[in-house]
Amino acid sequence: MAKSKTAAILKDNLWTNNPIFIQILGICSTLAVTNNLVNTLIMTVGVSLTTAFSSFTLAGIQKLIPRKVRMIVQVVVISFYVILIDIILRAYFPDASKQLGPYVGLIITNCIIMGRAEAFAQANPPGLSFWDGLTSGLGYMAVLLAIAFVRELLGFGSLFGIKVLPESFVPWTIMIMAPSAFFLVAMVMWWAKSVQAGKAQPKASSKPQEAKK
Amino acid sequence: MMPLVNPFTLFFASIFTSNILLSNFLGMCSFISISKDWKSSFGLGMAVTVVMTVTTLLSWLVLHYIIMPLGLDYLSFIVFIVVIAAVVQILEMIIDRASPALYMSLGIFLPLITVNCAILGAILFMQIRNYGLMQSVAFGAGSGLGWWLAIMLLAAIRERIDKNPVPAGLKGPGITMITIGFMAMAFIGFSGMIAVQ
Repeated sequence: MAKSKTAAILKDNLWTNNPIFIQILGICSTLAVTNNLVNTLIMTVGVSLTTAFSSFTLAGIQKLIPRKVRMIVQVVVISFYVILIDIILRAYFPDASKQLGPYVGLIITNCIIMGRAEAFAQANPPGLSFWDGLTSGLGYMAVLLAIAFVRELLGFGSLFGIKVLPESFVPWTIMIMAPSAFFLVAMVMWWAKSVQAGKAQPKASSKPQEAKK
Repeated sequence: MMPLVNPFTLFFASIFTSNILLSNFLGMCSFISISKDWKSSFGLGMAVTVVMTVTTLLSWLVLHYIIMPLGLDYLSFIVFIVVIAAVVQILEMIIDRASPALYMSLGIFLPLITVNCAILGAILFMQIRNYGLMQSVAFGAGSGLGWWLAIMLLAAIRERIDKNPVPAGLKGPGITMITIGFMAMAFIGFSGMIAVQ
């Protein structure tokens, strides 16, 4: 039974309730780095780990937190993990850390993390919350990597920094700039919604609508 | 290594050419959910502008008089978040006392702001780009106003979109993202005017 629950969470977070195209959470801080696959990968791994570990911690200590200071405790726990990630990045990936600049710190205000902490970790045991956080991060990673793939391929003619398109290919400058990210997210939303609507099951979201910030 | 930019130039640059929302994607969450409604957008925009100006000023002071002398750089994220949360809380209390009418229109948005990425984003940009005090305040105020401008424009456009047919899959957030994309393209048009970065 436990197994079916973890599988359900996985499917929910990757597809039916994907943080990006269904819940529209956490687009803020990471779209800016999607013109480059390497940065996107680092950033989304960071977000997944932060979500997983902070959900785990918050689920573990939630009985100890008075309701009034809940928000601030959550933020402090999240920033603790983000600081760890920032330090690891600076130590092992100094170039990427420089390029990402303020966006690593901005993981703190990524709405997904707070959203999962509020919606899931509040009422579930630490292990399950960890899994929920991790899979939310994976759903997020999948979409952003897809967007980054298109942007880097058409914007620079490369993938993970390696040239794949011939010299004769003229890069699309628009793909490197901000607007393309918005268009691509919209297209992903369109595609996902059409597919989900095509399945014609009106009970599209199995969870009750979660509180949006 | 302070960049030699006139604070005044920076102020306008952060409103138009490097709009924090349209070129740096910051503050998207509340941007999309609130912009459904023109009045709320106005209130939230005002609140963001005020909070951003005050927090950039305060965190500049904290950064230069507490964090840097004590060598606590690694704690800066937590400190900034706490500064933001404190400012929001205090502002909420002050507005509540001073003007209940304003509290009704502005106060409800204040808790939302603590987790608005644009606020923390502005502070982190300020830290990384080594702005001076005047520059920081100009940058904070400009970014706030830029955010306000963007959300007002989007809210106005969305009001029109609601009355028009949209493909089913694009309804709601989808078409909004496309609209924001066009706005971002339009704002790129400003980029020849002032170059700051």
